[in-house]
Amino acid sequence: MSMNNVGRPTRPETANDAGGHETLTGNRGLLQNEALIFELDGWNKTGVDLPEAAAPSSDLAGLLRAEPIGLPGLSEPEAVRHYVRLSQKNHAIDLALYPLGSCTMKHNPRLNEKMARLPGFSDIHPLQPQSTVQGALQLMDRLAHWLKTLTGMPAVALSPKAGAHGELCGLLAIRAAHEAAGNGHRKTVLAPTSAHGTNPATAAFVGYTVVEIAQTADGRVDLADLESKLGDHVAAIMVTNPNTCGLFERDVVEIARLTHAAGAYFYCDGANFNAIVGRVRPGDLGVDAMHINLHKTFSTPHGGGGPGAGPVVLSEALAAFAPTPWLVHGDDGFSMVEHAGEEGAKTAFGRMSAFHGQMGMYVRAYAYMLSHGADGLRQVAEDAVLNANYIKAQLKDVMSPAFPEGPCMHEALFDDSWLEGTGVTTLDFAKAMIDEGFHPMTMYFPLVVHGAMLIEPTETESKQELDRFIEALRLLAGAAKAGDTERFKGAPFHAPLRRLDETQAARKPRLRWKPVAAAPLAAE
Amino acid sequence: MRYLPLTPEDRVEMLGAIGVKSIDDLFVDVPASARRDGTVDLPLHAGEIEVEREMAGLARRNRSAGEGPFFCGAGAYRHHVPATVDHIIQRSEFLTSYTPYQPEIAQGTLQVLFEFQTQVAALTGMEVANASLYDGSTGAAEAVMMAQRVTRRNKAVMSGGVHPHYIETIETLAHAAGVSTQAMPAAVDAEDAVIAAIDADTACVVVQTPNVFGTVTDVTKIAEAAHAAGALLIVVTTEAVSYGLLKSPGEMGADIAVAEGQSIGNGLNFGGPYVGLFACKEKFVRQMPGRLCGETVDADGKRGFVLTLSTREQHIRRDKATSNICTNSGLCALAFSIHMSLLGETGLRQLAALNHQKAVALRDALKAVPGVEVLTPRFFNEFAIKLPKNAADVVETLAGHGVIAGVPFSRLDAGAGLDDVLLVAATETTLDIDITFFAKILTKAVGQ
Amino acid sequence: MRFTKDHEWVVVQGDVATVGITAYAAEQLGDVVFVEVPEAGKTVKQGENLAVVESVKAASDVYAPVSGEVVEGNAELGDAPETVNALPESGGWFAKIKLSNPAEVDALMDRDAYEAFLATL
Repeated sequence: MSMNNVGRPTRPETANDAGGHETLTGNRGLLQNEALIFELDGWNKTGVDLPEAAAPSSDLAGLLRAEPIGLPGLSEPEAVRHYVRLSQKNHAIDLALYPLGSCTMKHNPRLNEKMARLPGFSDIHPLQPQSTVQGALQLMDRLAHWLKTLTGMPAVALSPKAGAHGELCGLLAIRAAHEAAGNGHRKTVLAPTSAHGTNPATAAFVGYTVVEIAQTADGRVDLADLESKLGDHVAAIMVTNPNTCGLFERDVVEIARLTHAAGAYFYCDGANFNAIVGRVRPGDLGVDAMHINLHKTFSTPHGGGGPGAGPVVLSEALAAFAPTPWLVHGDDGFSMVEHAGEEGAKTAFGRMSAFHGQMGMYVRAYAYMLSHGADGLRQVAEDAVLNANYIKAQLKDVMSPAFPEGPCMHEALFDDSWLEGTGVTTLDFAKAMIDEGFHPMTMYFPLVVHGAMLIEPTETESKQELDRFIEALRLLAGAAKAGDTERFKGAPFHAPLRRLDETQAARKPRLRWKPVAAAPLAAE
Repeated sequence: MRYLPLTPEDRVEMLGAIGVKSIDDLFVDVPASARRDGTVDLPLHAGEIEVEREMAGLARRNRSAGEGPFFCGAGAYRHHVPATVDHIIQRSEFLTSYTPYQPEIAQGTLQVLFEFQTQVAALTGMEVANASLYDGSTGAAEAVMMAQRVTRRNKAVMSGGVHPHYIETIETLAHAAGVSTQAMPAAVDAEDAVIAAIDADTACVVVQTPNVFGTVTDVTKIAEAAHAAGALLIVVTTEAVSYGLLKSPGEMGADIAVAEGQSIGNGLNFGGPYVGLFACKEKFVRQMPGRLCGETVDADGKRGFVLTLSTREQHIRRDKATSNICTNSGLCALAFSIHMSLLGETGLRQLAALNHQKAVALRDALKAVPGVEVLTPRFFNEFAIKLPKNAADVVETLAGHGVIAGVPFSRLDAGAGLDDVLLVAATETTLDIDITFFAKILTKAVGQ
Repeated sequence: MRFTKDHEWVVVQGDVATVGITAYAAEQLGDVVFVEVPEAGKTVKQGENLAVVESVKAASDVYAPVSGEVVEGNAELGDAPETVNALPESGGWFAKIKLSNPAEVDALMDRDAYEAFLATL
C-alpha cells in the first residue's frame, strides 16, 4: 500500500482528570454551554417582523411545499446570545497570535470592513447596467493595476474566488495556450512533494497527471531532478515561492529558464507572496501565472474558512486566454466583455463562476493597498520576514529548525527531532500550546519534514507579542524535555473542549442534527 | 504605518538577535537580477481619511439598489438582511479566525457549520449538506464532476432553463476534465425537454427550478427518467428563498441539490462573495466536494464538532481528492445561518409568500403595459417579459429615469436570439410605488 | 504468510490468495475509519490498485500483491473498518484473489525477510 501520509492519534486517550473543580451546570465562568438551535424549542418562533402575505397564486398549485421544513427560529435576543456564546469558543487573530504557517493570519483592518459596507459597493447587482456601476469597475481596474505593478506581470484575471480557484484558472489558461499552439498532448504537471495539496488536486481536476519533483537537502527544488523530468509531455510546473518550507527558491530564475526551454509554463503558487510583496516581482523571476490570495497577503479576513479571493496574474503568453469577464476601458468609461468568444475575448478559455468574482474582497484589498502604499507593502514583507527569523533565532537552541542554514522567509519550519525520546509528539505539543493561549502552528505540513511545525507570525505582531510567544514555547519545550509528559498527552485542559474523537466522527458520520426518535409506545 | 507594530528600534534589536546587519541579509536568497532597491511605482501610504475619501468617491459612482426602483434578479437578489446578521459576523471570533483545524478552540465556527449543514439539508429536502462552496455556479460545476465520479460516465445534459452563466461555468470545468456537455436551447418552460436527451452515457441531468426565466417546474418526472437510465438528477436553485414556498429538490427526487445561498443573509456585493449550498443523498457522501462538519465527543465525553471525512479533500488526498477546494465561504455561510435562524420556518414561509405576492403585483402591472408580454407561466419572485424593443436598450433608457429595470437576457446569452426578453424580479424590499413607476416609465419607453 | 515491501500480506489456500495489510501498516495508518474493498469479478495485476484504506488523516491505496480475479471482498469492513486495526493479519483481510500466476507468491518475502525489511525503515 502507499504510505504517503503518516497516521497519528485521532481519538483521545482515556479521559484523565483535569484537576479542576467541575461546575454543577457545566458552564465555566464566561464560557457558557450552548445547545444547538434545534434544541432551543423555537419551532414556531421568528425573529423577523414581516408584513402579512397573501396566499400564493393558483399558478403554483401542485408545486407548493406541503410538509414541514424542520427549521427552528429564534427571537433577536436569543439569536444574539446563541451566536455570542458560540463565538467565545473560537480562537481569533484579534485575540492572540495565530501562527498557522502558509495561512498568513495577519491583522484585518476594520477600515476595510467599513469600506466594503458602503452601499455603493455592497448593494449593487452584478448584472445592473454597466453605466450605473462605473465606480465599481474603476475599483476593479485600479486593483488590477496594483496587482500587475506589484508582480511585474502584464495581465490579471480577477474572478477566481480563492487560491485553489486561482490555480484552476491558471492551469486552464495554460491548457488553452498549449491547445492553441497544437500542444494539447502535454498533460503532465511537475510539482515538488512539499507542494500544497491544492496543487496536485487542481492539476488532476483538469485532467493532468502529477509527477513529483525531488527536493534538495537544503529544502529547494532539485534542479537536476527537474531537468530530468521536463520534456515534451510536460504542460507546466507548479512551484510555490517562497516555498512551503519557508525558503526562497534560490534557483528560481534557472527553474523558469529550464521550464520554458522545455516548452512548459511556470505556474507559481503565490500563497506566500506576503514574504516578498513590494520587494520582489514574480514577473522578474520568469513566472507565467500566479494566484494571489487576497485573504493572505492583502489582509481580507479569513472568516472561519472564507470567503477568499484568488486573482491570477498572467504573462503575455497566457493573457489572451484569461477567463471572462474582461474589463476594458473605452471612450464611454469602463465596460466588461462577459462571454468567451465574443469580440474582445475571442480566446478566453471560459468562465470561472457566474459573476465577476469577489467584489467584497476587492474593496477590502484595495483599501489595504492604499493604506500601506508602495512603501508600506515593502515594509510588510520585511517585517514578516524579520519576525519569522526572530522566532527561528530565539527557538533554535531548544527546538530543531528543519533548515538551520541561512535565513528563512516569512515562516520558520521546525521538525520533531528535538522531541525524540520525550514521548511528546508534534500533535501533543500543539495541543499544549492551546492551554498556553496560543493557536498551534501548522502541523505535519509540509510532508517532506517529519512532524513538521510551520510557524508564520506575520508582520502585524509586535516584538512584545513575539517575545510572549517565544517564552511560552521555550517553557513548553523545557517541560517536554523534563519529562512533564502529562501536560502534553492530555492537553488541552483549559480549552472549551478537551481533545476530540475524530475517529468516531469519521467511522460513524453524524453530519446533521436529527430529532431524537420518539420512544416507542410501551406495550399495553 | 498604523498596521505595523515594530518600531525602528525593535527592528535593529531583532536583527541583532538574529545575527545579521540589515534586512537585506534576510533576502540574500533572492537572485540579484530580481532584487529591487526602491519602491514599486505606486502611491505611498495613506491615512484613514485619504483612503475613505478615495473609496467613497468610487462608491458614489455606483447606483445602489436601495436608491430607487430596482428589479434585477437572474441569480442575485436584493433582500433585507437583519442588522443582527452583520453585527454577529463582524465579531472578531468569527471574522478573524481560520478554518477550524483545531477543534478544541474552534467550536464556535464548527457548531455553526453543523447547524448550517442541518439547515441546508432541511431546506433542500436532502439527507446531507456540506459546509459551503464558493457560490451556486461553482457548486453546479462541482455537482457535475461528482456525478461523473459516482456514475463513472462522462456526459452531462443541461436544460435550457439553467442560468447561462452556470452553463458556461460548468462547461469550462467539465470540458477540461473530459466530461462532455449537452446544453438544450434556452427556453422559458422546457425543463422536461432534457428527458429526450438522456442516454446510457449520461452521468447527470442538470435542471433549474425556478429556472433562469423564473419558471417553476416539478421535476419528479425528470428524476424518474434519469434514474431509469442510471443517471443522477442535479437540481439547481438560484433563489434560496423559494425553498420557503416550493417543493424541495429532495421531494422531487434530486440526487444532488445545488443552490446560490446569497439571498439569505448576504448582500448583492456586485456578484461576490456569495455562498454555494450543496446537498445530496447520504450514499454519495464520500464523493462530495468541500468540507464536512460532524458530531463527536471529547475526552470527557462532552459533545463537540470536528471537520470530518477529510480524506476526500486536497490536503490529504492530493491528486485523488474529490475537489481542489480549500477556502470556501465560511463567513457567508455564517450570515446565511444567522438569518435563517432568525427567520425560522415561520419567517421563511412568510418571506417567501411575500416575495411571490410582490412578483404577482409586478406581473399584473407589467402585463398591462401595451406591447409587453409575460412569458413565464408559473413563477416564484421573478419572470421573463417580452418587449417590443431590444431589452438592453430599454434597460439603458429606464436607468436614465432612475429605474433599474432588470436583466436583459442577452446579457446572459447573446446568441440565444432572445434580445427582446427582459428578466424582472421583485422581493420583499420592492415598494408598490416602485412597481407603479416602473410600469409607467416602461409604457413610455416601449411606446415611443 | 508472505509479504510485500508495500506492507501487504498474502495467505494461499489452494489457488485462492487472501490478502490484507500488515500489522505494521495498520499501526502506521492510525485508526482505520473506512475501507473500500474490490467487488468480486474484478481482475487485477500485481502492483495495481486493489483497495483503499483510510484513517482520519491519511488515505492509502492498497496494491494487489498478486495477479488474478477477485472472488470476494471483505464486506464486513464496510460496517466495521476498525477490524483492520484489531485483527490486521486475520479478520481484517481485504480480498480473496484467485491466482492467475501462482509463481508470484513465491517471489514475495517470508516473515523473517519482512521483519528484516521493517528494521531498515
